Amino acid sequence: MVAVAGIDLEIRAGEFFTMLGPSGSGKTTTLRMIAGFEDPTSGTIELAGRDVSGVPPYERAVNTVFQDYALFPHMTVADNVAYGLKVAKVDKAERGRRRDEALEMVRLPGYGERKPAELSGGQRQRVALARAIVNRPRVLLLDEPLGALDLKLREQMQSELKTIQGEVGITFVYVTHDQDEALTMSDRIAVFNDGRIEQVSTPEDLYEHPVNEFVADFVGVSNVIERDGERFTVRPEKIEVIAPGDSADGLRTERGRVTEVAYAGAVTRYTVALDAGGSLQLVRQNVGEAPGAVPEQGDEVLVGWRPQHAAAVRGKTTKEEVAP
Amino acid sequence: MRLSKRAKIILRACVGLALTFIYIPLLVILVEAFNSSRILKWPPPSFTFHWFGQAVESESAREALVTSIEAGAVAMLIAVVLGTLISLAVGRRHFFGRDTISFLVVLPIALPGIVTGVAFSNTFTQVLGISLSLMTVIIGHATFCIVVVYNNVVARLRRSSGSFEEASADLGADPWQTFRWVTFPSLRSALGAGALLAFALSFDEIIVTNFTIGAGEETLPIWIYHNLFRPKELPIVPAVAVILILLSIIPVYLAHRLSSDDGGLTPGRGAAARASAPAAIAEAEATAAH
Repeated sequence: MVAVAGIDLEIRAGEFFTMLGPSGSGKTTTLRMIAGFEDPTSGTIELAGRDVSGVPPYERAVNTVFQDYALFPHMTVADNVAYGLKVAKVDKAERGRRRDEALEMVRLPGYGERKPAELSGGQRQRVALARAIVNRPRVLLLDEPLGALDLKLREQMQSELKTIQGEVGITFVYVTHDQDEALTMSDRIAVFNDGRIEQVSTPEDLYEHPVNEFVADFVGVSNVIERDGERFTVRPEKIEVIAPGDSADGLRTERGRVTEVAYAGAVTRYTVALDAGGSLQLVRQNVGEAPGAVPEQGDEVLVGWRPQHAAAVRGKTTKEEVAP
Repeated sequence: MRLSKRAKIILRACVGLALTFIYIPLLVILVEAFNSSRILKWPPPSFTFHWFGQAVESESAREALVTSIEAGAVAMLIAVVLGTLISLAVGRRHFFGRDTISFLVVLPIALPGIVTGVAFSNTFTQVLGISLSLMTVIIGHATFCIVVVYNNVVARLRRSSGSFEEASADLGADPWQTFRWVTFPSLRSALGAGALLAFALSFDEIIVTNFTIGAGEETLPIWIYHNLFRPKELPIVPAVAVILILLSIIPVYLAHRLSSDDGGLTPGRGAAARASAPAAIAEAEATAAH
């Protein structure tokens, strides 16, 4: 079985790089190849200009935050964090100083004497992070590190991770299947699909200009329609509902009927079935309009968007095509 | 699971019945150890501590005890070293024939003792031309002692997955450092439990022992078996048996404690460890019957 088929990826020093994709798309395998747990059958992996293919994990200047944290259960938090330093034979005083510094950085000072079993999920996550960054690796690999946390904690850790990355200046390679996480945290994102990379770009470019239907679908909402043989996508927040009598100047418009209304607090999501075929999702801010001014289910509506907001997309990459 | 009142009563009665059948005979031996009569009469006419004194003073019983401890200790040592190595191979590596090896290692515990005994006896004396001795007993015992060590350790390895070893390698530890600081400490309690059970298994083994032991040598179970047919020594036997019961409670209890000790794993995993401890002991007892 091929988990990853021919990828070509260059990650820049000091960047927060995310590998985004559904499970089984090859992102974790790629991460494990960088860490040295798996060997590519062909091709090379270079770290800071040095070919490290075939070099065992313990000789690579790379550290990993594992999905299940893999904290050593028989060691205290302090011993877990200092493990890499002990192995590297860093002297005792220096070891203690850097360990405390790392615990400070992940906001867990004074937790050193506890065992991992006595910590909450979020605290274990921080210990795993401290244990990795204490070694000052060139690259920190993070394998869905926030996957086991609840939503509130996850959002808090997202911003903390970003802050910590800024403080230590280490290259972060982050694996996730969560598009919001990827968009919020990353400098650049690689979208993985079926062992290939579909697109590598900045979050903004990825969202505004997806190169194909898979990316458009995976990063954001699937909003692809076909007109005159051209397939394109428009992001939901770029689509307006044009009130009768209002000007639709400069907009590309379509008529349709509201088939679904989903209230989500700050916004309401509408699905509109277009008369010319296909359907689009759109979002409106709930700014407190009069009840009559808000579209309801079954309403006939005119929707429109600026032409520059429509991004042409290729179909989903099939196996026969060569990966970009 | 919710049970009806009736079902609860029936289940409780079953448990009570099972425990009664297991422990009444032991109680009988306990009472007979204090029996004042020379023959094992029921009910005992009166009670005495006399036989315990006799048992302690009996030269042959003391020698047999030392022989049993020697056999148990060496068999345990062999089992710990080989059992751990095999379990590391099976639990952490992927190779052709892994399941077959796992099966072949566990098989001896299920083989009838008499088969193992005859097989070893013939191989030693006929094929290899080695005369039977304590060493041949130890080799015979080691074959099934390996199983309990292997089972305990491999179960622990399966529960902990390989991610601790990966984390250790990722943090710069070479394979030996990883074994010393991560793998071994996480196996320690499983290893201890396996070792104690292995010792207990060897300590009360009689069938394989009977076929592989040298002339003039006796382990404690063999001593008991022989003395059942000697009227002069007969009354000491229950007393020795009681001492044996007390002695074998210790390793089984310790093994139970050790395998419940989850070594700081998450609560869910700890619960699994606790659940597996009685299973390990049940297995050990099943083999004791063998």
